[in-house]
Amino acid sequence: MFETIDQIFVLIKHWLLGYVPGALQPISSAILSVVPVIIAFPLLFAITTVLERKGLGRMQNRYGPNRTGWFGILQPMADGIKSLTKEDIVPRTADQLVHFLAPVVMVIASFLVYAVLPIGRNMVIADLNAGVLFFFAIGSMVELSVFMAGWSSHSKYSLLGAMRAIAQMISYEMPLVLSSVVAIMAAGSLSTVTIVNMQAGYTGIWPHWYVFTPWGITGFVIFMIAATAESNRCPFDMPEGESEIIAGYFIEYSGFKFALFFLAEYLGMFATSAMAITFFLGGWAAPFSFLTWIPSYVWFFGKLLTLICAFIWVRGTLPRLRMDQLMNFAWKFMLPLSLINIVGAGIWHFMPAGFTRWTVVSLLVVLSCVLLSRGLRRNKWFHVRTYRFAS
Amino acid sequence: MTISFLLLAAITIIGTAAAMSLKNLVHCVLALSLGLVGLAALYMQLGAQFVGFTQILVYVGAVAILAAFVIMMTRSANPTLTNAASSFRASGPLIAVLVFAVLAWATISGTSAQPILTAAPEGSVGQIGTALMHRFVLPLEVIGLLLTAALIGAGILAMDEHRGTQHRGKQ
Repeated sequence: MFETIDQIFVLIKHWLLGYVPGALQPISSAILSVVPVIIAFPLLFAITTVLERKGLGRMQNRYGPNRTGWFGILQPMADGIKSLTKEDIVPRTADQLVHFLAPVVMVIASFLVYAVLPIGRNMVIADLNAGVLFFFAIGSMVELSVFMAGWSSHSKYSLLGAMRAIAQMISYEMPLVLSSVVAIMAAGSLSTVTIVNMQAGYTGIWPHWYVFTPWGITGFVIFMIAATAESNRCPFDMPEGESEIIAGYFIEYSGFKFALFFLAEYLGMFATSAMAITFFLGGWAAPFSFLTWIPSYVWFFGKLLTLICAFIWVRGTLPRLRMDQLMNFAWKFMLPLSLINIVGAGIWHFMPAGFTRWTVVSLLVVLSCVLLSRGLRRNKWFHVRTYRFAS
Repeated sequence: MTISFLLLAAITIIGTAAAMSLKNLVHCVLALSLGLVGLAALYMQLGAQFVGFTQILVYVGAVAILAAFVIMMTRSANPTLTNAASSFRASGPLIAVLVFAVLAWATISGTSAQPILTAAPEGSVGQIGTALMHRFVLPLEVIGLLLTAALIGAGILAMDEHRGTQHRGKQ
């Protein structure tokens, strides 16, 4: 019974495939796998926009959208219709073709990474041998589309915004990849499905997720910080500070093209969060052994929504970083710490299981974290900021 | 010779041809990255997933971005039309033909000398990793050392210069 509910989407797919003639089976199988993902995640995007606006509103002591539908639940519809009916303005001096292609490339790249995400048990579009590598390779194509958008608009603001965004994305890609290396090392595979399977099983009621090890929690925290920066979210939203620094690379986009950038950005956030779930939070596995009867995809989306809520919470809480602070943080703190974390994961692997390796690896990670932050604070003094023109 | 191969080959050839013939340098970079993506897709079609993904990661993710950055930083926002290509118009095709001849010779003599592998290699990423860690560990270490040296060198080049040479600052 539980098995059937857990595998319901897989069973439906196979049932539908039975009606397709043999020659068309590979392509219809691909379509049947891809279409639900392409429907489900934009739907999640719609839900997230409402959640984010309502949540941020509550954090700022206001209501948020509450006019469309029941408690403002239809707000994404209104947003969509608004952006579809808006005039699509292309600057006269813009490079027309590249200006058009940039959002398209970005959305395609954002959708492509979903091919390797294990959404549930037996629910992955392509179980690639080098799935993690695919994820990061396609993720790097987003930077190219950012450059295309910034350059083709033929505006200094968008060009500067693109430079800012690309510099930030390249810098934070390092800790993002290096912090995920520990999970790859522990699982011994680059396949996302294998990484999830290696975290299966329970000790008592507790799962064997990588986040419950010293190197795992460090890697998870570094990964989430880098993911925040990769998806250009607060406190790392330098590329798109709307009011203070004239947005960013998409300043010259309007209407539905702007909405596409918005969509791609949220899709990227979901994908990196899903990757964090895959690497450290056990993928679609239940958090306790007595909860395994709940279907795997429910757990996956539950974890995803939890991480999204954490993102919204951070956005409502933290102020924005300055550009040099952002770069210093990436290169001087996150990068060394993730390298040390890899060493820690290696020590963990070769030491016998027990209390000793917990102590040793925890000490290594915590000490290096403290020493790094102490070392970076030297020769710096903090004082009350004075403003030249606004005192 | 399937449809997908022809399609990918067409994308690759069109991309690289456009990279050579377009006037605007940024267009050239974008066309080149299209050609590189096509090449990566060809690798994947041959079953070399690792090589294909690395191709995208390194060439599209890093080299194309680097080229774009260099163009943006060394020229104005709107690169003017260049006629750098015209000075190589004579020697270019000659070099291309020579390189093609060498590669074709190497390929033809290579395949005739060695028997064709009967079994396709499986688990290629794992095999590449094992080979790198066992048989090719010394070259790997050497490359790692070289890249580290390059990284440190880049850091020194980009470092703030005013610390040791303050008196030279305002010349």
